[in-house]
Amino acid sequence: MVYVAPNQPGSKVQFRSRYENFIGGEWVKPVKGQYFENVTPVTGRGFCEVPRGTAEDIEKALDAAHAAKGAWGKTSPAARAVVLNKIADRIEANLEMLALAETWDNGKPIRETLAADMPLTVDHFRYFAGCIRAQEGALSDIDDTTVAYHFHEPLGVVGQIIPWNFPILMAAWKLAPALAAGNCVVLKPAEQTPASILVLMDLIHDLLPPGVLNIVNGFGIEAGKPLASNKRIAKIAFTGETTTGRLIMQYASENLIPVTLELGGKSPNIFFEDVFAQNDSFAEKALEGFGMFALNQGEVCTCPSRAIISEKIVGQFLERAVERTRTHAVPGNPLDPATTVGAQASNDQLEKILSYLDIGKKEGAKVLIGGERAQLSGDLAGGYYVMPTVLQGHNKMRVFQEEIFGPVVSATSFKDFDDAISIANDTLYGLGAGVWTRDGSQAYRAGRALQAGRVWTNCYHLYPAHAAFGGYKQSGIGRENHKMMLDHYQQTKNLLVSYDPKPMGFF
Amino acid sequence: MDVLRVTVTPAAAELIRSLREEHGALLFHQSGGCCDGSAPMCYPAGDFRLGQSDVRLGEIEGCAFYMGAAQFDYWKHTQLLIDVVPGRGSGFSAEAPRGVRFLTRSRVFDDAEIDALEAAGPPHCGPLP
Repeated sequence: MVYVAPNQPGSKVQFRSRYENFIGGEWVKPVKGQYFENVTPVTGRGFCEVPRGTAEDIEKALDAAHAAKGAWGKTSPAARAVVLNKIADRIEANLEMLALAETWDNGKPIRETLAADMPLTVDHFRYFAGCIRAQEGALSDIDDTTVAYHFHEPLGVVGQIIPWNFPILMAAWKLAPALAAGNCVVLKPAEQTPASILVLMDLIHDLLPPGVLNIVNGFGIEAGKPLASNKRIAKIAFTGETTTGRLIMQYASENLIPVTLELGGKSPNIFFEDVFAQNDSFAEKALEGFGMFALNQGEVCTCPSRAIISEKIVGQFLERAVERTRTHAVPGNPLDPATTVGAQASNDQLEKILSYLDIGKKEGAKVLIGGERAQLSGDLAGGYYVMPTVLQGHNKMRVFQEEIFGPVVSATSFKDFDDAISIANDTLYGLGAGVWTRDGSQAYRAGRALQAGRVWTNCYHLYPAHAAFGGYKQSGIGRENHKMMLDHYQQTKNLLVSYDPKPMGFF
Repeated sequence: MDVLRVTVTPAAAELIRSLREEHGALLFHQSGGCCDGSAPMCYPAGDFRLGQSDVRLGEIEGCAFYMGAAQFDYWKHTQLLIDVVPGRGSGFSAEAPRGVRFLTRSRVFDDAEIDALEAAGPPHCGPLP
């Protein structure tokens, strides 16, 4: 059954024609009264208006957050966990509606929002509800009469800037630990995909005290900058790319506040010779692992966009992988649950992918399949679709070195173990990596040798809460998706206490 | 032979002139990584602090264009052509509110151009004195 498009009679989603900022528990008009049109990449047509917020709106949101932070920070962990669990329950009860809203805003196929984005979001809130209940402070026995107590305290008010590739899930990755730790948040959604988070806020607004979570929409230079550079935030979290990451660190340095950054990668996916030792389900699983480059149209920071294949099997591997791409990764209507590849999130993203296909060809990469825009028909003709593409070349080509953020994988071969690791690590980034082999010892050695924060071993693109996610090298700072993220949203208070009634005898 | 590492389309040049009227002097820095990565960022001059690890590729329409040195190592065999397309990006780039986005197109230098670039020596790093 193809889902009825939002705002049509009988659809599970009716977007408002115009949204406002969410500040202090209420929908608030932007101070300057400006809005921008939000387009669905499915058809390329506008479907709602979103505030074009400015520094004045950021200040209002910070006023609300600071007014709320005292009481929220003192709420018991049990009470905060209840709130997070209620948010999870509310999302779960409305999962199909939110999945459709996300698909319409971002362009990704509804198969993915139903099976991945929304269930992972639900679980993420539950995970951090559990974490905050289970978190304990620590005490250190200094000596017989002196004890160091360590308490966790919230930072206060934090800023969060959310990317457009998984708008709701990436918001959840940042919101759940921040709220669990007792912080108040001012959040700016990506300007390409602002609507689904606002639909979510409509759904959960009554579950949080006013001011605890505030959302200001707008453009980076007009709303993101006054948030990231604001002296009233205690921390800034950002997912995006390296130049903006540097800019945000520079702003943070002016206020001496911590940052967490997730800035992408160019993830290698290594296939050792033994994956084809037998023609069995594991060989199929490895081919499926290759095909993961098309998940979310390649708009994933950990897209396995460099396939590094043993030269002993590279010919037959790519032959089967290309055939599998032809049958399993086909652009189509994102609202059809059978569709595996949806629309790229924006026109500029589409243009950027096409510019990379162009330079890849100019550098001499061989196009094994795809290599061009996908032109769909009817309502979808104005949408932003790309044919899943397999390029073959070498690791010094720019298509091997830059995150294209499209359904494009660049394949090359390696001679031996050391060559595989050397090629894989020859990159500016170190976010994700994949290793495929039947040899457990080889898998372990490869995993430890790869300079990447997450090494998927005989799997790829799994994002369970409780598995730390973050980058080496230029891929960023911090680890999300794990209880250790609480540390990034908490101060450590040390009480150093003497129980000795006698003077020290110094003065 | 004078070989440019970065050039600009007439449409992008016109946009730069218009943005300069709004923001004053501008600086470009080529990004890498995910989301808006691999796209050129345009900032009011002084907003983005350059370091000694930033390579000055040249100027477009009177604005300096930089890239991180490590990234430049992988890009140096290509000429960049800065264009503009409809869209709005998601970084802090100055043109986004206008519903357009700068885009980097590229071509590979030929052997004569590579020789000329090598003869000219390595490009300047860091802000100009």
